[in-house]
Amino acid sequence: MTMVAKAKLGLKQRYALLTRGLDWEPSYQSKSAVYPYAEFEGIKIHDWSKWEDPFRLTMDAYWKYQAEKERKLYAVLDSFAQNNGQMGLSDVRYINAIKLFLTGVSPLEYQAHRGFAHVGRHIPGVGPRVAAQMQSLDELRHVQTQIHTLSHYNKFFDGFHEWQHMHDRVWYLSVPKSFFDDARTAGPFEYFIAIGFAFEYVLTNLLFVPFMSGAAYNGDLATVTFGFSAQSDESRHMTLGIEVIKFLLEQDPDNLPIVQKWVDKWFWRGHRVLGLVAMMMDYMLPKKIMSWREAWDIYFTEAGGSLFEDLARYGLKVPKYADVATAEADHLSHQNWSTFYQYTQAAAFHTWLPTPQEMDWLSEKYPTTFDKHYRPRYEMWAEMEKEGKRFYNNALPQLCTVCQIPMVYTEPGDPGTIAFRTSQHKGETYHCCSDGCKDIFDGEPEKYSQSWLPVHQIFQGNCGGASVEDVLKWYRMNLGADNLDQAGSPDQKLWNEWMAARQRVAG
Amino acid sequence: MTIDIKTIKVEPRRQTFGHIARRLGADKAASRYEEATLDVQATANFHYKPLWGADHWHYDEGRTAIRMADWYALRDPRQFYYATYNIARANQYQATEHNFEFVEKRGLLGLLDPAWRGTVEFYLLPMRHVEWGANMNAATMCDQGYGTAVTAPCIFSAGDRLAMAQIIGRIGLALDGNSGASLDTAKQRWMTAPEWQGLRRLVEDTLVVKDWFELFVAQNLAIDGVLHALVYGRFDAEGQRQGGTGVSMLTEFMTEWFAEHARWVDSVIRTAAAECPENKALLSGWFAAWSARAAEAAAPLAARVLGGEAAKGAVAEALGTLQARAKTLGLAA
Amino acid sequence: MPRIVSITLQNTDAARPIIEAITEDNPGAVVHSFPGIVKIDREGSLTVHRASVESRIGRDWDPQELHLSIVSMAGNVDEDDDYFGLAWAH
Repeated sequence: MTMVAKAKLGLKQRYALLTRGLDWEPSYQSKSAVYPYAEFEGIKIHDWSKWEDPFRLTMDAYWKYQAEKERKLYAVLDSFAQNNGQMGLSDVRYINAIKLFLTGVSPLEYQAHRGFAHVGRHIPGVGPRVAAQMQSLDELRHVQTQIHTLSHYNKFFDGFHEWQHMHDRVWYLSVPKSFFDDARTAGPFEYFIAIGFAFEYVLTNLLFVPFMSGAAYNGDLATVTFGFSAQSDESRHMTLGIEVIKFLLEQDPDNLPIVQKWVDKWFWRGHRVLGLVAMMMDYMLPKKIMSWREAWDIYFTEAGGSLFEDLARYGLKVPKYADVATAEADHLSHQNWSTFYQYTQAAAFHTWLPTPQEMDWLSEKYPTTFDKHYRPRYEMWAEMEKEGKRFYNNALPQLCTVCQIPMVYTEPGDPGTIAFRTSQHKGETYHCCSDGCKDIFDGEPEKYSQSWLPVHQIFQGNCGGASVEDVLKWYRMNLGADNLDQAGSPDQKLWNEWMAARQRVAG
Repeated sequence: MTIDIKTIKVEPRRQTFGHIARRLGADKAASRYEEATLDVQATANFHYKPLWGADHWHYDEGRTAIRMADWYALRDPRQFYYATYNIARANQYQATEHNFEFVEKRGLLGLLDPAWRGTVEFYLLPMRHVEWGANMNAATMCDQGYGTAVTAPCIFSAGDRLAMAQIIGRIGLALDGNSGASLDTAKQRWMTAPEWQGLRRLVEDTLVVKDWFELFVAQNLAIDGVLHALVYGRFDAEGQRQGGTGVSMLTEFMTEWFAEHARWVDSVIRTAAAECPENKALLSGWFAAWSARAAEAAAPLAARVLGGEAAKGAVAEALGTLQARAKTLGLAA
Repeated sequence: MPRIVSITLQNTDAARPIIEAITEDNPGAVVHSFPGIVKIDREGSLTVHRASVESRIGRDWDPQELHLSIVSMAGNVDEDDDYFGLAWAH
């Protein structure tokens, strides 16, 4: 018999036939038993078939492109290791930025992987479910390629070797960890908005684009390769994020206030976590690519501006406190770096004071704030170092209950005053660093009153002992190697030996 | 200025991460599989109980009744991490793509005996919904499971199931000239044809299983064990006499996949069963219940394809083979 | 405020013909170069045409191959057999 004449199928039709038709209405089990988490957040979806697939990758196309990316990436990693690519870095100080990356960011990629598996199972629409599952695979890719890339650095440098143990324990790593625990423990729609929209679409460009470009500029071919290779997946994720938010807003007007609350919350949560990146860009890249302020202007003010203008037709507003965050961009990296400088004994990466040339760069990039508020502090600390009285802060700081950052941020418009906010819940007082964090606490006090706050835990005796040394040992920090100043560190010593040897070889 | 790096002494200060070295018993070079897998999931000091289930942490050993002293004992014998998984599948699919081109060029589906063609449409095309159910279950296991060693292969498996659902969809399009009509009919049958209702009930029942390890046994051992043996084994063999070579070529991926998938599934179940008698009892009980249900649910479909007597034999054989396999894994018969 | 759509691509051999096709086919597109990447901005919308890339590389090119080179973007995506488009709604 002859075959039926074959019609040409467009990409959209073909994808719809192969994917969208897979789902069915269950009848032997109730829909609410199959999708038990779809309703408790109050989101109303009337018609899942209205979902627009942003990208239409069938699984075979996914494998094909991803395999090609992986072949390329691992070829670079192998060659980087074989040729001791770490010796081509601009300066050894750079490595501290990627220590923070492995201990602070890579575990979040893993969390994202598991979180997207959760929504990739529990969102009752076939289109977003498939896209979420692919994202779950991608996020697993990111954590694994990051481990493989940074494994080479771990062979030579300190601060990488206990990334997994530290992520669950160290005081400053509870900032990114609690951020993602917060998203993971939220309902599936909130997770989608938190990570897919607020984080991926609005904020991660700030991490992956300028920082990775900085890695390239500082000679880290391995990191820039995984960074840009990961970003090629992020573009798919960003598109998914924007489709989700549009879909929720189109489905029912009652979704708007819920979504707006999530956008406000996750914008602020993300802004706080990205303060670490601000510091990486302004202080930790030996060769600077652009300031945090400039990156913020491009990726939040300009790109976010167009985005929120686009979403205004649904009634969605620019996140609350976006103006505060934009004003803070002039202070954020300085306040964070100053904090780590003071607590260098308790951090698994090295710190240093900016050189005079670097301070001039910071003055130029932050004309309204650096010379006035931050340069004098660094100059005073430099003086103290010269006198052999390097400044260490030995008091355990109070932490914000929500973002878990020490209370170091200043009042909006008043950089001389530390901001404090408090809330009451069930007879207890909870402290926050800002109006943004306090709003979040007040929105879900049951949730945030559970926070595993590292300083509280130390005082309660849950972190290895009463002395700082006991706690650092419990963190599995190698004292005198992982922590303290860059100058005098084993990393620096090794680097100096390499550079001296290289000089000899070059004659 | 040229630099000869070889003349500079560059000695590693350590070989691998602390958590890997502790597992290997020494600081020695670790494989990419090990570094990408072992201890990657967080285990302590979680901040908040999930709004979607405050009885557990989001990573919690208590989501199954199975107990393991070390969840990283459940390793993947294939040693898949993302790169090796994707590259393996991309290569496999290249062969599938080739087969689609070949079958189309030679018009091999046109050689199907007309009656058998109808049978293929009846038994094979609704299987895409079975695969979709399997995809959801694999996502559940990745979501609820504990420890990267077992959860990472679960999301790989979810990808595999989606791919197989899409291969079946492509076969439908090849049969109906890209109209999609055959897929609509297949869905209709999945929803209403009496031969399919036992299987649909079975699949829907797995979607609400609470214990992810029970689900692992139900889906990966019991249901796959029975259905793959029938659909890609016995039914396909029957098709050989009726011009079915083209169909066999297009489902070659599934045959190859099943053999590889079974290696992983067997290894996980064997290790968990060997851990303690309580595990062995639980796994055996789950296997007995779900394999019996799978065989019962598949019987009407087998009867439609093979005819009454032959079907009885085929189902009994599939179940018997599976029971023998379970026995080698340490499960009680 | 102007509503800028944007696409960022790796600065690689595979991406260069795509960058060329974009700048040629989208008058007014502004190209910014950073280490390793090229960011292209345009007001309102931006399209990558299959035919335009194919004419530069002399072989078949599937717009989904963009997945290999893309680093970031801003705008709503419209992807089809013959083009990849970014736009803000009006």
